[in-house]
Amino acid sequence: MPAGLLGIEELDRAEIDAILARAKQFQPVQDQSQKKLDTLRGKMIVNLFFEASTRTRTSFEIAAKRLGADAISIAASGSSVSKGESLVDTLNTLAAMRPNAIVMRHSASGAPHFLARHLAMPIINAGDGTHEHPTQALLDARTILDRRPSLEGLRVAIIGDIAHSRVARSNVYLLSKFGARIVLCGPASLLPRELARMAPGVTLTNDIREAIQDADVIMMLRVQLERQHEAAFPAAEYFQFYGLRLEHLALANPDVIVMHPGPINRGRELSSEVADSQRSVILNQVENGVAVRMAVLERVIG
Amino acid sequence: MSQLLIKNGRVIDPASGTDMLADVLTQDGVIAAAGANLEAAGAEVLDATGLIVAPGFIDMHVHLREPGFEHAETIETGARAAAAGGFTSICCMPNTLPVNDNATVTSYIIERARKLAITNVFPIGAITKNSAGEELSAIGSMKAAGVVAISDDGRPVMSARVMRRAMEFARSFNLPVIDHCEDLNLSAGGDMHEGYESVRLGLRGIPASSEDVMVARDILLAQVTGARFHVAHISTRNSIAMVAYAKQRGLPVTCEVTPHHFALTDAQMLPYDSNFKMKPPLRTAGDIAALLDGIVAGAVDVIATDHAPHPGSEKMQEFEKCPFGIIGFETALGLSLEHLVHTGKIPLTRLIAILTTGPAGVLHLNRGTLAVGAPADITIFSTDMQWTYDVNQSLSKSRNSPFDGHTFRGGPVATIVNGAIVWRRE
Repeated sequence: MPAGLLGIEELDRAEIDAILARAKQFQPVQDQSQKKLDTLRGKMIVNLFFEASTRTRTSFEIAAKRLGADAISIAASGSSVSKGESLVDTLNTLAAMRPNAIVMRHSASGAPHFLARHLAMPIINAGDGTHEHPTQALLDARTILDRRPSLEGLRVAIIGDIAHSRVARSNVYLLSKFGARIVLCGPASLLPRELARMAPGVTLTNDIREAIQDADVIMMLRVQLERQHEAAFPAAEYFQFYGLRLEHLALANPDVIVMHPGPINRGRELSSEVADSQRSVILNQVENGVAVRMAVLERVIG
Repeated sequence: MSQLLIKNGRVIDPASGTDMLADVLTQDGVIAAAGANLEAAGAEVLDATGLIVAPGFIDMHVHLREPGFEHAETIETGARAAAAGGFTSICCMPNTLPVNDNATVTSYIIERARKLAITNVFPIGAITKNSAGEELSAIGSMKAAGVVAISDDGRPVMSARVMRRAMEFARSFNLPVIDHCEDLNLSAGGDMHEGYESVRLGLRGIPASSEDVMVARDILLAQVTGARFHVAHISTRNSIAMVAYAKQRGLPVTCEVTPHHFALTDAQMLPYDSNFKMKPPLRTAGDIAALLDGIVAGAVDVIATDHAPHPGSEKMQEFEKCPFGIIGFETALGLSLEHLVHTGKIPLTRLIAILTTGPAGVLHLNRGTLAVGAPADITIFSTDMQWTYDVNQSLSKSRNSPFDGHTFRGGPVATIVNGAIVWRRE
């Protein structure tokens, strides 16, 4: 039984390097007029999304199809889950139809890890609660490496709602494994101090200017209002203190790149000018999402 | 006339300071004699050579789920599992359906237990009606019907004013008030201890401060009211320090620790495995060190299991959806020996005391001693026997234990309630 992909924490550098190298080989496919390979012909992938998602679900679906696999996407609202079936029973039912892998997004942290213990089927984590989003970190690394020779020594600022961000966690694990220096930044109520112990090379600050100083990469996070169960900060002044504006970029390295996992809220976590600036690589991230997910699918079920 | 003669055991009775090789004779449900070379023609004989003979253990914090949640446990199955853990008396929390907040429910539980339970069962009544935290329940009539304490356990009284009134009222009936100390506003939505592990796993945290602020509040209210206040399943270093301080000041404050809270840290939980999910949550190594120090120093009065059965279907879910709690009867003695006695932290006599005279003292029960004339509740156990816990063989109806497969050194061998052998290790 091939392993699925649950998180970045448990991957080593060689595995990550292999995925990123393979993703690079898949990049030109995206520009060909004939985009379909037959690497995974005859294979079946089920995309099971218990949380609303357009970009990740579409990206996985396109990745599967470009590899020649069949892909089915199921949204939880239309599934038996809404009829009261337990998660384990739903997954067992789908597994009985013998797909080759299940790509899963769920609002509960650890849901895919829990299922992986009870299911003889590779599970690819497409985001679990506030825990990990491994393919996002991989596509972010691919995007950085398209512009930099290495991650080693890069100064990466990750800014926003770190506490509730699976993107931040996966990126911290990945970047740290490759020797990047990571500055996590947000208001104290969204930046638990324990984050500093997550991985080597992580520092914390509540000051966006300090975070951006000399940064090579700025990753802005979406303000996840749906994951906050209380007002952890006064929403009205978030942009004033933690929103990224053009004037901030002068503090960073001249060739800094600005990233965002999307969907972006213009005027909340970054200004429109920044989102549309030359420094923004947000659409490159989306593009790389397909290539990276092709590499992941191939690795898991190829 | 029924007699039971327990031969050649090491008899340890903390109540009288006894620790000697001796025989114990029971007659018609009470202790008749303890001494060397007892003879009793026609008595049933139990050979306890190489074993410890102790007063029956008392578990003052358990959930039997009946009435209302019989799919998880019943008074009958819970008592059987308790006996297999060496417990002869168990005190059941009121969070049943209906809640034990009046004498009718209390009497129902006592009647069911009389018919079906192989151990003694002492109910604990609710502090407030339906444990809703607003209106005081029928505390006086529940006391008359047989409750030994009051508690709203997992739905702790949030209003300090209501808690103050409850303490005052309980004092007039000489009942202890047990509080599951948790500020629900601070802990809201939390699934595990708030700290490095919760941040790493992306799970919402239950801060230690949510326990500490309530322990502080209740100690101050106990001082104001003069009520006997008992902290359920204490788990943090600050809370232990506050209880020790209250005792030093001479306040009638006591506390209990569960075996799982000194046996496991939050870092030892299997990620997203709900058999490690309970309230209070597993804390840090620093908290465990403080609990152990508290046990050694005497700040801890009682070991209680907080036996909390849940059926597999409820525990086989996303971590955040699973209910809190684990079963605990059958592993309690093994864990206590492992972490407290075999490590040399406390002598065996002290362990037996916090399983017997400790809870008997908190609840004013006429049990927990081998004195002549006392009810013949006796626990016979080994401190050396190797055995492995197989949760699928548990006598509980539920299987939610993090200790499945754990090998123990020492455990219960036979359990005697009111002079009758109700359980023996096969």
